[in-house]
Amino acid sequence: MTLQTDLLVLLPELILAIGAMALLLAGAIGGEKTAPLVSWGAIALLAVSGIATVMGPDHVTAFHNAFVADGFSCFAKVLILVGAALSVLLADEFFATINLSRFELPVLMLIATLGMMLMVSSANFLSLYMGLELQSLALYVLAAFNRDHLRSTEAGLKYFVLGALSSGMLLYGISLIYGFTGSTEFATIATVTHATGPSLGVIFGIVFLISGLAFKVSAVPFHMWTPDVYEGAPTPVTAYFATAAKVAALCLFLRAILTPFPDLIHQWRQVIVVISVLSMAYGSLAALRQTNIKRLMAYSSIGHMGYALLGLAAGNAIGARGVLIYLAIYVFTNLGVFACIQAMRRDGKAVESIADLAGLARTDLRLASVFAILFLSLAGLPPLAGFFGKFYVFLAAMQAGLVWPAILGVLASAIGLVYYLRLVKIMFFDEAAPAFDGVKGFGSTAIIAISGAVALLFIVAASPVLSAADAAAKALLP
Amino acid sequence: MSLPLLSLVTFVPLLGALAILVLPSANAARWIALVTTVVVFALSLLVWAQFDSHNSGFQLVEKLDWLGGGISYHMGVDGISMLFVVLTAGLMPLCIAASWESIQTRVAEYMIAFLVMEAMMIGVFCALDLVLFYVLFEGGLIPMFLIIGIWGGKRRVYASFKFFLYTFVGSVLMLLAIMSMYWYSGTTDIAVLLNGVHFPVAMQTWLWLAFFASFAVKMPMWPVHTWLPDAHVEAPTAGSVILAGIMLKMGGYGFLRFSLPMFPSASEMFAPLVFTLSIVAIIYTSLVALAQEDMKKLIAYSSVAHMGFVTMGIFSVTHQGVEGGIFQMLSHGVVSGALFLCVGVVYDRLHTREIAAYGGLVNRMPVYAACFMVFTLANVGLPGTSGFIGEFLTMLGAYLHNSWIAIFAATGVILSAAYALFLYRRVIFGALVKPSLQTIQDLSAREIAILAPLAVITILLGVYPKPVLDVTTPAVAKLIGDNKTALLFDHAKRVAAVQKETSK
Repeated sequence: MTLQTDLLVLLPELILAIGAMALLLAGAIGGEKTAPLVSWGAIALLAVSGIATVMGPDHVTAFHNAFVADGFSCFAKVLILVGAALSVLLADEFFATINLSRFELPVLMLIATLGMMLMVSSANFLSLYMGLELQSLALYVLAAFNRDHLRSTEAGLKYFVLGALSSGMLLYGISLIYGFTGSTEFATIATVTHATGPSLGVIFGIVFLISGLAFKVSAVPFHMWTPDVYEGAPTPVTAYFATAAKVAALCLFLRAILTPFPDLIHQWRQVIVVISVLSMAYGSLAALRQTNIKRLMAYSSIGHMGYALLGLAAGNAIGARGVLIYLAIYVFTNLGVFACIQAMRRDGKAVESIADLAGLARTDLRLASVFAILFLSLAGLPPLAGFFGKFYVFLAAMQAGLVWPAILGVLASAIGLVYYLRLVKIMFFDEAAPAFDGVKGFGSTAIIAISGAVALLFIVAASPVLSAADAAAKALLP
Repeated sequence: MSLPLLSLVTFVPLLGALAILVLPSANAARWIALVTTVVVFALSLLVWAQFDSHNSGFQLVEKLDWLGGGISYHMGVDGISMLFVVLTAGLMPLCIAASWESIQTRVAEYMIAFLVMEAMMIGVFCALDLVLFYVLFEGGLIPMFLIIGIWGGKRRVYASFKFFLYTFVGSVLMLLAIMSMYWYSGTTDIAVLLNGVHFPVAMQTWLWLAFFASFAVKMPMWPVHTWLPDAHVEAPTAGSVILAGIMLKMGGYGFLRFSLPMFPSASEMFAPLVFTLSIVAIIYTSLVALAQEDMKKLIAYSSVAHMGFVTMGIFSVTHQGVEGGIFQMLSHGVVSGALFLCVGVVYDRLHTREIAAYGGLVNRMPVYAACFMVFTLANVGLPGTSGFIGEFLTMLGAYLHNSWIAIFAATGVILSAAYALFLYRRVIFGALVKPSLQTIQDLSAREIAILAPLAVITILLGVYPKPVLDVTTPAVAKLIGDNKTALLFDHAKRVAAVQKETSK
């Protein structure tokens, strides 16, 4: 292993790292007016990095097994990059409308994305932690980016304090695992735990590890930050949290549990199942009474993470495949929803209350239709895309014999259906509220159109995504 | 390879919906919807023409890769499903015509919702893959939700939510059952599952219950029928027609397609439960129907009672019972649809469905009174109408199984005569005294064009049911034969298990 081959493995990350610094310099020299340019530069970088990811070497490790590039990381990275690029696009239009365009934003998003890419590639707890912190620190700033806004600063601070706590737990878990297995490398830990069987220290470590990671994916009972951050952060940043950050955290979760601890499945599975069921139930129930659309989406994301974790609880390649399919659909649906939320502007001011959506079908039928399709897709109704996400996760759960969690899960989705239907009812059945300003900007229009098309047409074009997810899952768990 | 007829029948409505998206003006939408549904009906007749009634297997089969891993796009019809396709396609143009004037707001959206729903419903009867079936089965809920919720009556929101949640909760359990069937057999192909996959008896029990949860709600069986009266009352006329005419039939179709052949031992075990619920439905809901003040509600309750005959016939697993069940579903699809259209006719004129608001309509609306009479008598099950054949056969089947069931069911026939004729007398006969009725007009040409074909079919099938029975007989014979063989197989396995146990 020479340095060159190691660097080649991390080429997509290097592109982002060097590019982000170059853009930062360009912005610092050029001043605020370069903000749109930096945004487009960031999108271009993300695209190039995506190409490098797809074209790059497969199934190789770098830096003494600290990082791995395989089908799994490739799948996750493409999703992260898509989520990031489209969020940057949304952010550019969002901040241009409120005259707060700053070149730091795309740069911060690039850095966070870099952290996420490292997260999903890491095969060692130390590199994992490094990627995670790089991502988290950038995200804390992003949450508070609308700095004149009380809620936004509050969101940033809250996220930081709780995030630091969870990082501490994670680190403590890692140190316990290291202490009892003698390694931070996933592969070595797997060999050691296979030989020694479950030891109390490692189990303690896993529990702390899961707690820390559950915080990052906002699963119950570590979800408290989510509604406040979703509500407080600027909408495109929320979109970024809901898509790229969730993909990264969940894929990291998959790798950091499945590769080092395949022999301890009976120990960690019970924890994951409980977290999963609680998230599904709590997300659905708490969303029922929300009046703010972004808070509602926060609770919805808590529920969705619960479904995805059910796939992890299956603990095999079928489960991992389910999670990946789930995430792929989730990313597109959520980007569309947040693009729609961003279009909720009346007389130049953003509105976020669910009541503002009343009768949208009468004033802007197209927006209302896409909104409804996306919500129903999130609810998991066939024939929309979201159904297939849930289908493959529950399929994995049934295969793994998790019948009761699956039953509770589908019942939770029936409860969740109520609030999604309520949104459809408000948009389609109720009397019209004053009209919105309409969807503005090429980016938002394109994202709304694409996400609507994905939700509708996934049913006919599912098989490439399914086979890609299948290959990725098999790369993770051969 | 000839034309993929079943795919055409299923997906041409979606083309119509797309066309309306391009031309969304109210009149264009109406015409596009009408033309599309007529084309689909013609295609469905072509399906019937190509159908070989002597063949008891699946015909016009199409199979394409879809999701991979044993889940494919597989379409086909047999004697059980084919006529439901024709029924759906046949009722649709009438629904569009019935909505021609009564729907004035958001016409394009209305027509799109109907066309999408048509695609889903026809697909349900053609699907030969469990996942495909489930997707289409559930997919029809969204357009129906919108139809009730947007164009419905005063309590439309309540009714639409109730409708959606009842059916959804029932169905998700079926989805889990489908998954465990997949993991047991490695496929969701219905044709494969029907021929040669035997589920262990303990597993059958759970699978049967999960499927039952879905189909019993859809059917609807007592006591999970309560969504139906609400949905019917609030839905616009055409929505009620589709609900009663087709959506309810999906439940019965599901029992025939899945419960009986795939879980034979469980079906045998739970048959007493089904009979009890059917009898309760027949007697109790008939009594409830007697007390109704709202015309649509009365017909809704009578639908529940009639569906009781269907479940009773199906689970008697006799040739007469099953065939009667299918016939009853087809006949009820026509008759109850027609009754809702009849209610729609007077509702369009007076905007009330209260029985007390009418009386003596025969004086000013003789043609209407005649049409209504045909359908009322068919609903009662008078010999000479299609309603008689179905009720008679199901009761015969039940009698062969257990005479007590038939005796209880027969009281339901009397009750149905009571409420149906009571309704007819109060609305049609008597003196025309109410001032609001003095200027009421008889059927327009459009309305005659809608009701006349249904009346003709009702009587035609009543005196000459052979075309329908010819189609269903071979498939039913195969269904019952397979069911008996599978029962013997399960029995032999049980005996073998006991012998093994004792020889230890």
